[in-house]
Amino acid sequence: MSIAIYIVVMAGVTYLIRVIPFTVFRKKIKSRFFKSFLYYVPYAVLSAMTIPAVFYSTGNIITAVIGTAVAVVLAYFDLPLIVVALSASAAALIADFLI
Amino acid sequence: MHSEFIKGIRHGIPIALGYFSVSFGFGIMAVRAGLSPLTALMISATNLTSAGQAAGVSVIASGGSLVEMALTQLTINIRYALMGISLSQKLGDKFTFLHRIFAAYGITDEIFAVASSQPHNLSPSYMYGLILAGFSGWTSGTIFGALAGSVLPQMFTDALGIMLYGMFLAIILPTARKSLKVLFVIAAAAAISILFRYVFTEISAGFSVIISAVAASAFAAAIFPLKEEKE
Repeated sequence: MSIAIYIVVMAGVTYLIRVIPFTVFRKKIKSRFFKSFLYYVPYAVLSAMTIPAVFYSTGNIITAVIGTAVAVVLAYFDLPLIVVALSASAAALIADFLI
Repeated sequence: MHSEFIKGIRHGIPIALGYFSVSFGFGIMAVRAGLSPLTALMISATNLTSAGQAAGVSVIASGGSLVEMALTQLTINIRYALMGISLSQKLGDKFTFLHRIFAAYGITDEIFAVASSQPHNLSPSYMYGLILAGFSGWTSGTIFGALAGSVLPQMFTDALGIMLYGMFLAIILPTARKSLKVLFVIAAAAAISILFRYVFTEISAGFSVIISAVAASAFAAAIFPLKEEKE
């Protein structure tokens, strides 16, 4: 089968998932429950995506835990995203050198 | 208008750097699976998603059916529907139907995360800036990875793997520090996610994220609804 057809199906399905809810929900939602739910969703999604996957993100649990610990401390003190992200990476790299 | 676009690009720089490293890995993987660098680039440019693309490449490599391809993408990427609904509530008046059609292309985990953490309503220009930054990082990383992946020591590519998660933590933790409700949601979603990872292992990663997020958010919305004046 042609790879182009695979790519069309892949991209098509992914785009439809994105565009349908984004265009259908045009009015502001009134329900207090649903508003609260949507307010919490981003935090829940990011948390579920991060934990426990972050501990496997560097291919070595020890360096990943060290990187995560650095990220948690810097994030707690509200440092900019890029600082937290690069520091986590640098910490994991340094840990890899030292181990 | 103009400054909103620039602001979007500026906010998108961390995303672009993170994407570069992740899509670098995707480029390496795609070429190892037998795809050409150009095909890898086409996939990245049309899909703009990490987990879905990785799964898609393995479907192609194993000669799977188109139905399998569609179902795989649906399962892994259905979380974008949830993000789309959430973001649709934050769009400013300038966001016409046409802008929604274009901007929907760029709903990714990271763009969603940064966009939803903005204190104000979102303008199309801001979203396009964010998306352009993300798109640039994602496509350039893919092609670099596909062409030169074997040159960089693995130690570096390994360490880059944690970047996006560091960014996620930087988004959720400052709010959790100020709000016990948000801290509860984060802890509940993490706990359910851990359960799926180690106990109910037959659930795929994509579904695990959806179920964890919906369950934790719905539970919190039921017991800790926001005050009415909170928009």
